[in-house]
Amino acid sequence: MDMGVFWMYLLVMFVVTYLIRVFPFVIFHKKIENKYVRSFLAYIPYTVLGAMTFPAVFFATGSVISASVGVIVALGLAYRGKGLFTVAICASLAAFLLNIVEWLEWLAIF
Amino acid sequence: MKQFTQGIKDGSAIGIGYLSVSFTFGLAAVSSGLMWWEALLVSMMNLTSAGQFAGITVMAAAGTYIEMAISQLVINLRYALMSISLSQKVDKNFHGGKKMLLGFAVTDEIFAVAMSREGEVSGRYFAGLATLPYLGWTTGTFLGAVCGNILPQNVSDALGLAIYGMFIAIIVPAMKSDSRILKITLLAIAFSFALYFLPGLKNISSGFAVIICAVLASAIGAFLFPMDDAEQEEV
Repeated sequence: MDMGVFWMYLLVMFVVTYLIRVFPFVIFHKKIENKYVRSFLAYIPYTVLGAMTFPAVFFATGSVISASVGVIVALGLAYRGKGLFTVAICASLAAFLLNIVEWLEWLAIF
Repeated sequence: MKQFTQGIKDGSAIGIGYLSVSFTFGLAAVSSGLMWWEALLVSMMNLTSAGQFAGITVMAAAGTYIEMAISQLVINLRYALMSISLSQKVDKNFHGGKKMLLGFAVTDEIFAVAMSREGEVSGRYFAGLATLPYLGWTTGTFLGAVCGNILPQNVSDALGLAIYGMFIAIIVPAMKSDSRILKITLLAIAFSFALYFLPGLKNISSGFAVIICAVLASAIGAFLFPMDDAEQEEV
């Protein structure tokens, strides 16, 4: 990537993210009353993270099978209320172990 | 000063969590083509997990600046809501320049801890609260970016799941406890699959795809299942 392009991307990210946080913090003293706007904003974190995760997560490890195992582990642990760190590490570990198994099987062919 | 040290204490757990997640960000950033110091700068100037992951995706795909701006706007829009809530809870000395400086550190976790504090939140407390998470986030990014070249491929491949694991850990408990969030999040995921696989639609870049899915599903949610104030507090 061209250096100037990187700085421009960085500047855009910084300005937008900074203003989103600081502008309402400085300006607002009253709550937003409109329940539709409030509801829209309440749904946003989950719809954003859901759409970011699926289907991209299945292509995150280079193997759809190991990624799927990681997803199943993550869903199970998250359902049981485990913390962010536990879920993230166990999902990675599961995918790693499955990658190893696939690799050993590949070796066994020869 | 007592307020500041209390903030440091309350922020230490967040700092450790950020250290591990930003490590995977550093890995992902370098494997998507950034230099280590570029990854570090992105973390120093943004302090936002989902936004930064989306950001490096746009960079890797050589997306437009408009696409970058809109993806950051939509993904980080929740911070605006948090900043509004937090603005009702800070003490009267926490204003002006302090707000402009410390408002930068509004993240999901820092916000949650600040709001759970009894009484008003002072500038000193919030500064203390933000210190270790900021250090954890930047240090972890640096380590991940530098280690990216050392770690074996299958380890860094597996760590590519970590950020998604974290996202899953955020959305699943909310989906479990609220059927409206369950339905609307599944709708967003269904849109996301459609945009990814349907012919004609799959040319849409991933940054815009997330925006379209999230805005459409959330708007449908707000229209079909609006929440009243008390319900939103629970979420």
